[in-house]
Amino acid sequence: MREPIPFMDRLKLAWRVLIDAMLAADVEDGLKLLEKSKTKVTIPPERLHASGLMLLAALQREGRLVDFLQQDVASFSDEDVGAAARVVHTGSRKVIQQFFRLEAAMNGSEGNTITVPAGFDAQRIRLTGNVSGQPPFKGTLKHHGWVASEVKMPAIFDSMDPRVVAPAEVELP
Amino acid sequence: MTIGIDLGTTNSAVASSEGAVPIPQMTAPGTVEERLLLPSFLYLPNAGEFPDGSLEDPYIVGEFARSHGIKVPTRLVASAKSWLSHSGVDRLEKLLPWDAPSDVQRVSPVEASARYLRHLVRAWTQRHGAIENQDVVLTVPASFDAAARDLTMQAAKQAGLLNVTLLEEPQAALYSWLELTGDNFRKQARVGDVILVVDVGGGTTDFSLIAVAEEAGDLQLTRLAVGDHILLGGDNMDLTLAHNLARDKTLDNWQFTALTYGCRQAKESLFADSKLKKAPISVVSRGSALVGGTLKFDLTRQDLTQILVDGFMPRVPITEVPKTARRTGLTQLALPYAQDPGITRHLAAFLTRQSRIAEGKSFVHPTAILFNGGVFKAAALKTRITEVVNEWLRADGGSPVKELEGADLDLAVARGAAYYGFVRQGHGIRIRGGTARAYYVGVEAAVPAVPGFDPPIRALCVAPFGMEEGTQADVPPQEFALVVGEPTVFRFFASSVRREDRVGDLVENAQRSDELEEVAPIETTLSGEAGQLVPVNLQAAVTEVGTLELRCLEKGGSGRWKLEMNVRTKE
Repeated sequence: MREPIPFMDRLKLAWRVLIDAMLAADVEDGLKLLEKSKTKVTIPPERLHASGLMLLAALQREGRLVDFLQQDVASFSDEDVGAAARVVHTGSRKVIQQFFRLEAAMNGSEGNTITVPAGFDAQRIRLTGNVSGQPPFKGTLKHHGWVASEVKMPAIFDSMDPRVVAPAEVELP
Repeated sequence: MTIGIDLGTTNSAVASSEGAVPIPQMTAPGTVEERLLLPSFLYLPNAGEFPDGSLEDPYIVGEFARSHGIKVPTRLVASAKSWLSHSGVDRLEKLLPWDAPSDVQRVSPVEASARYLRHLVRAWTQRHGAIENQDVVLTVPASFDAAARDLTMQAAKQAGLLNVTLLEEPQAALYSWLELTGDNFRKQARVGDVILVVDVGGGTTDFSLIAVAEEAGDLQLTRLAVGDHILLGGDNMDLTLAHNLARDKTLDNWQFTALTYGCRQAKESLFADSKLKKAPISVVSRGSALVGGTLKFDLTRQDLTQILVDGFMPRVPITEVPKTARRTGLTQLALPYAQDPGITRHLAAFLTRQSRIAEGKSFVHPTAILFNGGVFKAAALKTRITEVVNEWLRADGGSPVKELEGADLDLAVARGAAYYGFVRQGHGIRIRGGTARAYYVGVEAAVPAVPGFDPPIRALCVAPFGMEEGTQADVPPQEFALVVGEPTVFRFFASSVRREDRVGDLVENAQRSDELEEVAPIETTLSGEAGQLVPVNLQAAVTEVGTLELRCLEKGGSGRWKLEMNVRTKE
């Protein structure tokens, strides 16, 4: 018996299939298999989001980012938070530099006046302030934005459970 | 295409003529990332320690081996290369990790090196395809003796590398410089120049002298001399800084290592910005509570200068010699780390010991200096060494050295090795020089045995200094007779300073000479009727790959036996 997939899940899946060719192939294969065997095939959520979990694991491994964010820091002094932040910064920065090449979405120094040309890429440039009329626009660059021009994520073996962001550590005497 | 491999004490690299090849390696179980360096660490996991299917091999090398091994030190193999050149132990025996519990399947220094090489080969294969018939240039410290070179070749063979040539690391660094400099070389180097290469790696310090000469209008490079094997490097510096900071705090092993890495970074930022008075280092606890449990340290410029620059590179006169402490029997087997951390003292001793090529001066006067090794990312350390050398030169009426602007300090050796493959095909300038040592077999003098008295040994030169690859030397007729059917052992000596000895020359009292160093003995077993004596001649050959081979040739017969360097015998 085929269980109906909730509408929102179908919508999400449709979107993902549109942007991810590999997943599209997976889904197609899955559907064929489903037709054949009439059994339920779902991609477990941890597989669907494996690369996100893996990034989290790397940030924790190198920069202890999860530890840092999961801790309530309200009662600590700036000095304590700062000392820990140094470790988080060094390690996380290493991960970010290893996995991504990050470049400014728009060239130019922040604070300078720049021109937004006609037919600008609305994904890369967001207009704020008095937004009206037709481009080209003249304005001040408030933030240059970031674009990952290269992504180099590590390879993860299928045998791993990506939900484990960091294993527990038990030291033997 | 030639594959250049730098098999380092703490980091290894592989390069082609296009540059360094990224090395995929585990950074966590089941996670593989690319890095330009492969940490030369091997971790031997316990059964069930990691999830099924999370490891590529039954062992781990590289980044994860190092980061996890800090927490399980008894299963971590480190500095395998230093063990490879340690004649005090049986280097083919499964003895690493040195202090492993009994259930750990230990490996020999050769096997550990073979595993690093196998990993580097895999990285190469993934990018450039199978290596079958390609030339591989593998670098070794210039100070590696014949036995250590043999063992390196053995590791290469175990890793499936067949067409291997050995190249000395300081030469590789100079090749990398030559590749970068290109035609400008002629402007930067002049006939009569003596280039001093100072190569300080993670665990070893290696010196070489290379002369620039002219032959038929062409510039020629000749490697004049190499230094002794000094187990002292950048890791010692970071450790010293960490020990100093941790003096009145309690840190576990893991935290201490984190502090050591922190010191390296703090050191680099202090050296990079001369306005900084101190650099902060944070060491977190291993628990999940990060904020509040963090230990704070400050590395001050004063400490840095005192401990590092003055401690490791003291301003000393050229006459100063490295201090040696008497070793006890118990420390004998562990790695023979240098007792004196003063790199400038070791350098002074090297330049003075090589006085035979000093042209009448009391020490060799270099005219140029090339630095290699990650340590020298700290320019202050280069400056200090240059200053000290210049002080020596000034006091002796010489002119100051010029620094050759080098390549990438971490990757120059691997890149230079790849470039050497190109040079071997007849392009560019080749550094000549042959063997950096003369080799001798020990012959016991015919004196009546006296209990408690070590009979004097005469050393017979079998391979002179500077034997080129692919040449051989016959020892003039000597009365050698080998006993058939049982192993015959020769004591074996080397000298990095006696460059005038010819084949057949004898050095009296070898074991007391400070110019000769006893190395691993050589032996052979001749098959045949036991007890028979066969008269032989000795022949030494330097192979094309750069190893030394000794053979016995039967007098008036066709018998030919190879003499093996016995790396199994303990001192």
